Amino acid sequence: MPDALHTDVGGSVGPVTTQHVKLFDDPHPLELESGHRLAPVEVAYETYGELDANGTNAVVICHALTGDAHAAGHHGDPSRSGWWDNFIGPGKPVDTRRLFVVCANLLGGCMGTTGPSSINPETGEPYGLRFPLFTVGDLVEVHRALMRHLGVTRLRAAIGGSLGGMQVLHWAMEFPDELDAAVLVCATSRLSAQNIAFSAVAREAIMRDPNFHGGDYQRIGVRPDAGLGVARMMAHITYLSEEGMREKFGRRLQNGTTPRFGFDVDFQVESYLHHQGEVFLRRFDANSYLYLTRAMDYFDPFRDMVAAGPKLEALRTPFLVVSFDSDWRFDTAHSREIVQILAAHRVPVTFREITSPHGHDSFLLVIPEYHRTVANFLRRAGAEPGFTHAAGI
Amino acid sequence: MRLDLGVIADMVPAGSRVLDLGCGDGALLEELIRRRGCQGQGVEVSSEAFHACVARGIPVVAADIDEGLPDFTDGSFDVVVLSHTLQATRRPALVLREMMRVADTGIVSFVNYGHIGLRLQLLTRGRMPVPRLAPKRWFETANIHPCSILDFESLVRGQGLVTDQPVILAADGGPAGGLAARRPNAFALSAAYVVRRDPGPGVR
Repeated sequence: MPDALHTDVGGSVGPVTTQHVKLFDDPHPLELESGHRLAPVEVAYETYGELDANGTNAVVICHALTGDAHAAGHHGDPSRSGWWDNFIGPGKPVDTRRLFVVCANLLGGCMGTTGPSSINPETGEPYGLRFPLFTVGDLVEVHRALMRHLGVTRLRAAIGGSLGGMQVLHWAMEFPDELDAAVLVCATSRLSAQNIAFSAVAREAIMRDPNFHGGDYQRIGVRPDAGLGVARMMAHITYLSEEGMREKFGRRLQNGTTPRFGFDVDFQVESYLHHQGEVFLRRFDANSYLYLTRAMDYFDPFRDMVAAGPKLEALRTPFLVVSFDSDWRFDTAHSREIVQILAAHRVPVTFREITSPHGHDSFLLVIPEYHRTVANFLRRAGAEPGFTHAAGI
Repeated sequence: MRLDLGVIADMVPAGSRVLDLGCGDGALLEELIRRRGCQGQGVEVSSEAFHACVARGIPVVAADIDEGLPDFTDGSFDVVVLSHTLQATRRPALVLREMMRVADTGIVSFVNYGHIGLRLQLLTRGRMPVPRLAPKRWFETANIHPCSILDFESLVRGQGLVTDQPVILAADGGPAGGLAARRPNAFALSAAYVVRRDPGPGVR
């Protein structure tokens, strides 16, 4: 098996379009873990590469908190590519020459998939906070419905970073016969108190914005931009590392070398965070932020080991778990906990902590050791003997 | 596969759950998983060896066994293999204890620095011996804790462990007979031991 040394080179999948499909209907609604039912659920997704005749070469990309379906290629302007374009494409770690890649916007999102900003068919108005609470498991149920719609019978792999990795973990534990391999990058099986605390403050910032109106801001025609911007600015700090910020900004001033001694943006790091906050406002919905962060808070598949034990015993899917040494959002201890539990239940697990100064965001960057590991792992996915294709999605 | 790995593979019961510490490019695990019905898991500190394992589909955790085995819970394996790695660890006793924590059976192979040829190198030339099986000089060798067969047996006893009769290995890595088998500490080039926890008096 040749070993790819330069997986960071490779082509682009080129121009792509986001597609939309309505899944579930009134006789067969999406049954959420909370007991609520949703139908139909519109899903925005993109695909790259070709599905083989048996429907078994598919790879699902599960996006993180604020991602969308546009993972690779471009929508007309080649200089503005999808959020994981360095990772997906011909000759890239997720090689579209042999894999059929699917990425869908998450349930509860705001990039084309049904979420709190969608119109509630019962009232004709946006759901707002009347949208039902959902779990990571519910996100996976929508992915599975999309796979059935696309004719995918079995996944070569499910891949995700951060919240994406949480979806992959759930998918593998609940439906081990549906995937040949699982890839979790800087993920966690449960948020720590500190993680939840950051999410809580972000949500407070949104909900205390005078324009929030109990989540009904859309109906009133305003937006809780101040709150959402602060939430994003704070979250963004947790995606970078101290070292990365020192390198990128230090104490440098935005204009010149003399401090202006005021409360306006003066340091470069302030300007950067403001920019991140503002860009985010243009593409994200505050209610979606509340719902998706809450789904992360409640995720804890190993909490009840009496229930999880038998699932793990039945799990033989090879896992790749990757963490980054400067990530403090979900640090290596989070990944190691997953590795320990998997290994204790005889799940084949490959794990590596990658050296990178770029914190949690490292998973989106070209880091040769990281890309090489994923490329080699995916090349073997589905090649192991002893895996039958009896079950389908 | 290298002959000595074949000898180790023969010591592992078919179908066992095996942890290979310092698994290198995964050749032993590949043999055990693909041809002997084992479930295998490797641990490897070298980046290149890690990639080699991943490229051949062998599950491997990138970790330094000198830090212990925090990724693995008590008794979660049937057999732990430590092939030509013990002498390269900073803390051999800790590694041995950790092995016997995660499995009931350990298999350890190592170069015997009690071999007569190595003794003579030191005696006649007054220079640190360079074994044929690990042909590196003292400042190049990874074997920072060289030991003889007697040294190893003493370490094992000191940890409250017992061993079966060792398999004595010849220069080609296959089993050795003759003098090496009768007087291993002086004539064996290397040896492979099965290590178990001491069941205590009266049980044997």
